Amino acid sequence: MQWQFWIIQTLNSVAFGGLLFLLSSGFSLIFGLMRIPNLAHGAFFMLGAYFGYSLLARGGNFGLVARAAGLGVGLLGIALERLVLRQISGNEQGQVLVTLGVSFIIADICLLAWTGDPMPLPAPLELRRPLFIAGYAFPTYRLVVLAIALVAAVGLYFLMERTRIGAMIRAGVDDMEMARGVGIPVSRLFTLVFLLGSALAGIGGVLGGPILNAYPGLDADMLPLALIVVILGGAGSLLGAFVGSFAVGFLYNFGIALVPDLAYFVLFLPMVLVLVFLPQGLFGRVQL
Amino acid sequence: MSINRRTIIKGALAAGVASQALRIPAAAAQAGPIRVGFLTVKTGPLASGGLQMEQGVTLFFKERGNKLGDRAVELHTADTGGNPAQARTKTQELVERLNVHCLIGPLAAFEALAIDDYVRSSQTPILTVAGAEDMTQRKANPWLVRPSCTSAQTSHPLGDYAAKELKAKRVAVIGDDFAFGHECVAGFQRVFEESGGKVVQKLFTPLNAPDYGTYISQLKPNLDAVFTAHAGSNGFKFIKQLREYGNKTQVLGGFTPVDESLLQQMGDDALGAITGNWYSAQLEFPGNKKFVEGIQRDFKVDPGVYAAETYVACEMLEQAVKDAGGKVEDKAVFMKALLNAKAPNTIRGPMRFDELGNSVGNAYIRKVEKKGGKYVNSVVKTYPDVGQFWTYGKDEFLKNPVYSRDFPLSKNLEN
Repeated sequence: MQWQFWIIQTLNSVAFGGLLFLLSSGFSLIFGLMRIPNLAHGAFFMLGAYFGYSLLARGGNFGLVARAAGLGVGLLGIALERLVLRQISGNEQGQVLVTLGVSFIIADICLLAWTGDPMPLPAPLELRRPLFIAGYAFPTYRLVVLAIALVAAVGLYFLMERTRIGAMIRAGVDDMEMARGVGIPVSRLFTLVFLLGSALAGIGGVLGGPILNAYPGLDADMLPLALIVVILGGAGSLLGAFVGSFAVGFLYNFGIALVPDLAYFVLFLPMVLVLVFLPQGLFGRVQL
Repeated sequence: MSINRRTIIKGALAAGVASQALRIPAAAAQAGPIRVGFLTVKTGPLASGGLQMEQGVTLFFKERGNKLGDRAVELHTADTGGNPAQARTKTQELVERLNVHCLIGPLAAFEALAIDDYVRSSQTPILTVAGAEDMTQRKANPWLVRPSCTSAQTSHPLGDYAAKELKAKRVAVIGDDFAFGHECVAGFQRVFEESGGKVVQKLFTPLNAPDYGTYISQLKPNLDAVFTAHAGSNGFKFIKQLREYGNKTQVLGGFTPVDESLLQQMGDDALGAITGNWYSAQLEFPGNKKFVEGIQRDFKVDPGVYAAETYVACEMLEQAVKDAGGKVEDKAVFMKALLNAKAPNTIRGPMRFDELGNSVGNAYIRKVEKKGGKYVNSVVKTYPDVGQFWTYGKDEFLKNPVYSRDFPLSKNLEN
């Protein structure tokens, strides 16, 4: 096999990993703090992509559109947390099922609003020309998404490790009762984390849009990937989401390239192994 | 061009009004109206195609004043959700509670297979649009006709065209990793290789693959063309990502990619793609011009294969009702009329069924071009009288196993 193969597939892997980090970091945060997987996360991602499509079609600037879509989806996340999940707090099974129900509702509303046809999000004009690396073309836009994901990772790291809010979130993830006991406003923290997690999904949707397009079923295609990332990396850990995203990026790309007949298998085998031998994930803070 | 929510709601209202009107029994009818059950998908990930199928049916009955021949029609639409179990429940409801005389649909092969035994036992004539080869081959259902085509039916002529007219020598094939993708690819590969071409690379991608980057990076650099057998949003995604990676290889395809319903959204990425199909919105038949205008007027979109196939199904149904003298109640007579129906002027041209109930008609080789600011599938060659067996003949064709990942054998793959 040529050496270009390894370079291009490595680029594919890290670029895909970057996109996965945008998808799964918010999922992991919510999972860690609230102890429930928000199964509407894939739908939030899809909604972000659709918002992005509509705003871009009206001539919006790509960066602004991403932020606006993130805000919109973030507010929806707050609504889900405040108006729905809070009503059944304590009933974790119920909460998980509710998020699944919400994802179905969002999916059918998207179908009504944007029809079932796939909608392409145009990448910014200056990023559409592919970059040539060692004689092989690679899409410039994907490298930009990777860069944004890395910036987001650093930003989130500082938020979590260097700010008071981050310390409170970490305290809540580690020991909810103790956090309450020392006077941390856990209720507001929940809302904040839901805002942040949902907004990340929304922004991820817009940034992923030019690669994946917005189409019905995007939610169901993305949610399992977020789950695998969080199971590998461990819930509630930013480092876990980061490492998990890139691990999945590499597994997916090299798995498919080297053993194409096992395309379904390469992603899920590591997940099963981790679940069996390391149930809290590589860097997990929470025992699931 | 885009469809917004308002057009959809308007369309839904129009459909609602239409079905209201249909319930009024026509005074002149012989024995009440002809009841037609229509299975489509209006919710879930497959709804895009299902809603277009509904456009075809809605337009047809609107044009005909809700009549088939001189009998009034009562149309009952059921949403299967793209789910085999629900398709089965809805079919039973249509047949047993609403007593429909025939069925149109469903969309997906797994839905059609889920209701196959029920259709046989209840002896309900059905006009399906699903592609699975064996439904009209080794496991043909005597109550079923397929006015659209099998998965590979239009891949055959494209294989011929690619080898003889495009003079392509080395082609990579890539498709969705399920029966449709395997069958669609296999038909192309068989004819293309028998005509002197070589399929040097064969890739199948999981149906829900989020990203094709890793596959596209693997495509060999010195290809004459890449044949895609992706359906729905997957074909859309594949061609877009191929161009995103700066890959300018000639795109070939079966009847699913670069469908008219997706074409305007795909833009320049689709330009030059050559596909085999039994339909194009560009066909010059007067019936088709009227059909295209009608869909554009009522739904603000261009009709693609999904809208066309249910419209053709209705045209064949109309022919059969005429031939049977309106006697749809006698199932055996009606089914015989359906199987023997010959319509000289459908929107796809002249059309009939073979003895196993599959369509025989023109196959078109189409190329995506830009005409007057709009992307269209221009017809570059017409193969007349193409059936599911291509030039092999029924008996020889059916001696072979059904098309799959492993048949025909790939002898020219390079690693």
